[in-house]
Amino acid sequence: MIGFSSAGFGYAGARPLLTGLDLALPAGSFHFLTGPSGAGKTTFLKLCYGELVATEGGVTLFGTDVRQMDRDGIAAARRRIGVVHQDCQFLDHLTLTENVTLPLTVAGRPVPERDLADLMAWVGLTDHADARPPELSGGERQRAALARAVITAPDLILADEPTGNVDWEMAVRLLELLVDLNRMGKAVLIATHDLNLIRASKSQVSARLLRIRDRQVQAAGAEL
Amino acid sequence: MSAPSGPLGVLAARLPGRADTPAARVVPPTGFTAQLTVFTAAAMSFLAVFAIAMALAAGQLADRWQAALSQSATIRVSAPADQIEAQTAAVLRVLETTPGVGAARRLDDNEMRGLLAPWFGTDLPVEALPLPRLIEVTETGAGFDAEGLRLRLAAEAPGAVLDDHARWRRPLVAAAERLRAVSLVALVLIALVLAAMVTLAAQAALAANGQVIRVLRLVGAEDRFISAAFVRRFTARALAGSLAGTLAGLGAVALMPRAAADVGLLAGLGLSGSAWLWPLVVPAAAAALAYAATRVAAARTLRRTP
Ligand SMILES: Nc1ncnc2c1ncn2[C@@H]1O[C@H](COP(=O)(O)OP(=O)(O)O)[C@@H](O)[C@H]1O
Ligand SMILES: [Mg+2]
Repeated sequence: MIGFSSAGFGYAGARPLLTGLDLALPAGSFHFLTGPSGAGKTTFLKLCYGELVATEGGVTLFGTDVRQMDRDGIAAARRRIGVVHQDCQFLDHLTLTENVTLPLTVAGRPVPERDLADLMAWVGLTDHADARPPELSGGERQRAALARAVITAPDLILADEPTGNVDWEMAVRLLELLVDLNRMGKAVLIATHDLNLIRASKSQVSARLLRIRDRQVQAAGAEL
Repeated sequence: MSAPSGPLGVLAARLPGRADTPAARVVPPTGFTAQLTVFTAAAMSFLAVFAIAMALAAGQLADRWQAALSQSATIRVSAPADQIEAQTAAVLRVLETTPGVGAARRLDDNEMRGLLAPWFGTDLPVEALPLPRLIEVTETGAGFDAEGLRLRLAAEAPGAVLDDHARWRRPLVAAAERLRAVSLVALVLIALVLAAMVTLAAQAALAANGQVIRVLRLVGAEDRFISAAFVRRFTARALAGSLAGTLAGLGAVALMPRAAADVGLLAGLGLSGSAWLWPLVVPAAAAALAYAATRVAAARTLRRTP
């Protein structure tokens, strides 16, 4: 679904952050992306949903090179990718339900009330449907972000440090939700620097591990 | 989540400014820029109504005075019966060579009878009466030099009297025409000020909602969706403000002193007849201006959002 060919990226005025990326995220796969803070995990995800454009080589989203897409094309590709952002990115003036259904609203699609109720129950937020995002705990926000990422039934879910500011119990719960989605056939990529989370996943899913080292994204072995 | 349903609901959802549809709610309410836009649209529309009334009144005045001016001069020839024809012919000859005279025409007996009928009835034997001859002078645009003409007439036809009572209005026609032009310029300026104010307010709202726009883009919103959310609001505010301002303006114009029909000079500022329809264009124009201004501002902001 997403392909990198000799792709690289550097922020303007800085030395290249990522270079020589050659990899693909196939349908139904489960990946962890790890690396120390500042290694470029968030940057890599931004290349995956077209917020950043590779400064060398090419990135294809659903078969089309990002550089060939116009703004509406990028928007269409984003509607096929569910992203759990590191800082959630909610609209604080809307209720949780309105935030979760925002991808449907902007796409002009109707909200299937039954599916919405199921989804809110799945992430355990039924009781918070009318709360505003700032009123929620970190774990509740992360689960709401996950619900928003999957409401359009995307084939690919990208999660940026989804367990970044939640306790261990909640981290495991979020992991389970993401594994659930993978079992439903969705490709999942989780960026995290939390190696314990990766170890905890081993019993649930056969994940492939990508590691950012020396500005490259490498397939890591089983040394964890 | 109770979106309106049915044809009425669909229609309502499409109307600008419906705050309760999800698509309209994605942009948070912005109190200050909203009030600013409504107020500016109202004030500018109030002024626009006056400018329109002024332009129409000045135009009518200029037309009426111009019409009066074009037949403004009459020459009356009174002389003993044996000289009158010769003097009349002399006057017509003088007029032929006078710059600024477009046409000169001697009123025939029938017209004379028509003029006198109100006083003497229609059976008057005009031919038999020692009546003065009347010559109607039509001026060209620049007009003639009345003093020069008087002097020449005195020399050639001592019985001729130039009556140019309406000619003094000539500068007033020019003034009325200038007033109309200034009113139209004012109207254009009012439109530009409204467009500028809406642009500033929309720009401020777009800047204040940078994070909202970013999030909408992240969840896959197309530019036209985001733009529409802002355009809808500013168009609705401009329309609402303009309707109020236009109504107030019409009310104020209606209170202006009206000119009595016989005092053509002091044609009032009031609108009459179909002229009342012109100010109704103002709210539509204000809404169209706000629509265009917000779209341009939104396009400019969106270009900078990945
Ligand atoms: N918008 C930006 N402009 C310039 N440098 C940036 C920007 N965003 C991130 N960086 C830099 O790029 C590096 C990688 O950032 P990031 O991708 O967020 O890393 P990670 O998610 O792995 O912690 C960091 O050194 C960061 O300072
Ligand atoms: Mg990061």
